[in-house]
Amino acid sequence: MLRLSHINKSFNVGTVDEKQLFTDFNLEISKGEFVSVIGSNGSGKTTMLNIISGDIKPDGGDVFLSGDNITKMANYKRARRISRVFQNPSNGTCPTMTILENMSIADNKGKSFNLTKGLNNKRKDFYRSRLETLGMGLENRLGTLTGSLSGGQRQALALIMATLAKPDILLLDEHTAALDPKSADIVMRLTDEVVKENEITTVMITHNLRYAVEYGTRTIMMHEGNAIMDVSGNEKSEKTTNDYLKIFNEISIECGN
Amino acid sequence: MNGIVISIFEQGLIYGIMALGIYISYKILDFPDLSVDGTFPLGAAVTAALMLKGINPWLCLPISAVAGCIAGAVTGILHVKLKIKDLLAGILTMTALYSVNYRIAGAPNQFLMGKSTVFTLPESMPTFITTYKYIIVIFIIAVVMKFALDWYLSTKSGFLLRSVGDNEGLVVTLAQNPGTIKIIGLAISNGLVALSGSLACQRSMQFDITSGTGTMVMGLAAVIIGITIFKKIKFMRLTTGVLFGMIIYKACITAAISSGMASSDTNLIITVLFVATLLINDFTSRKNKKKGGVINA
Ligand SMILES: Nc1ncnc2c1ncn2[C@@H]1O[C@H](COP(=O)(O)OP(=O)(O)OP(=O)(O)O)[C@@H](O)[C@H]1O
Ligand SMILES: [Mg+2]
Repeated sequence: MLRLSHINKSFNVGTVDEKQLFTDFNLEISKGEFVSVIGSNGSGKTTMLNIISGDIKPDGGDVFLSGDNITKMANYKRARRISRVFQNPSNGTCPTMTILENMSIADNKGKSFNLTKGLNNKRKDFYRSRLETLGMGLENRLGTLTGSLSGGQRQALALIMATLAKPDILLLDEHTAALDPKSADIVMRLTDEVVKENEITTVMITHNLRYAVEYGTRTIMMHEGNAIMDVSGNEKSEKTTNDYLKIFNEISIECGN
Repeated sequence: MNGIVISIFEQGLIYGIMALGIYISYKILDFPDLSVDGTFPLGAAVTAALMLKGINPWLCLPISAVAGCIAGAVTGILHVKLKIKDLLAGILTMTALYSVNYRIAGAPNQFLMGKSTVFTLPESMPTFITTYKYIIVIFIIAVVMKFALDWYLSTKSGFLLRSVGDNEGLVVTLAQNPGTIKIIGLAISNGLVALSGSLACQRSMQFDITSGTGTMVMGLAAVIIGITIFKKIKFMRLTTGVLFGMIIYKACITAAISSGMASSDTNLIITVLFVATLLINDFTSRKNKKKGGVINA
């Protein structure tokens, strides 16, 4: 489904800050997998997602999506098949537009943005039913500007929008990190439901080890640009947060911290 | 007195069309576009040149608008494709347009006395129409442009335009090229500005190559006045507020001049008015924040 092949990536080449992050990095994700990515700050998780989405071009290596080499494809063209939810809740919606307007543009993804009416009133009931699954009462506030919603509400809306036109791959970058524990749990549960229901291949970065344990079919731990742990199936279901913590600690000792 | 009021409305609505353009670039696209200082006289230059050739004055309006669109697209391309900073991209287009406008009009000034304009109405019209012909024609054109813009902003393409200024990343995730949308937005914006220039030229019956100086600041002031005063009114669209903003702006300038200031002082008045509206705007938005408005989590 998705394959990163022999990826090299350095930042600030030729300066004192030069940093070789990825050296011959390889990763393969099969269709239908739900991968949690954990790892310390600066280990390259976001950069990996950016390379998949096309926001960052690798210095070397190739990115394959369903067999097509998309390494040179612009980020917005890849977005036809890749959806993304960011850490910052303001990134997933347009604040000066209403919930209905936001849902309408998200629903139009992959079709032409022409001179026909932007609001999709015909699908209002469908949008309401999607929003109802959040249990946040947003279905009764279609006319509210999303800028006036709370971070959790916006993030939940962003998730619904990102999956309205079903993507081949869903990328989630710490999408619950800015939320309070309760909202985070709601959004995480919703993520799981949407992903399972639509069988979307998903890569989720999280610092919440509990999520990595409870959700997903595979867990990868990143460290200094390498996947130092990669478990799935039974091996994954046997792992607990303590196991993950132990590996974290081992790495820090190795680094001399 | 009556004459002064009507003249304020005439000027307010002519320049209000320009302010609608700046509403797109500054408010929607978040792009401080200085090319308008060149596209306003561009509309006038094109109109003057065409009218001297005897072209129908109504036809001059869309042709001027298209010229403005092209110039706006150039600014967009400089910014999006060549990665030139927004402010500089506008200044470059503005600078180039000075020469272009000179070429088009053939001289720094052109007088159009005796030419027929969009205000030349048939003799058979009733007198109350012919007495108020200027304000009637200007009002109709301004209102049509306002509704056309409202309509565009409610289409799918318009939705994208509205999102690109607020959240470029969202447009990318919708699989659309944000650069292209910015170029389209700048084209529409400068099309409106050039149309305004064409109308101003037909109203004053002259082209003056320096007439664009201060366009951006004037339009921006009107946009900020309009939005600050009228955003509270729910049923009114911001585009209406922008037109009113320019009328209020013109009223302030007229009041300042009639209270004894020289017309050469207008630039100073503009700046003071501008800073004043910015302060008021800042003040009101700060109040909103205290009330717990937008939280950027
Ligand atoms: N645009 C950039 N310019 C320079 N260095 C960068 C850039 N992007 C990432 N890096 C560097 O690459 C490394 C990995 O960054 P990345 O954002 O991928 O980490 P991360 O695993 O997502 O961390 P976090 O958990 O803090 O989000 C860091 O050392 C970072 O400084
Ligand atoms: Mg990160």
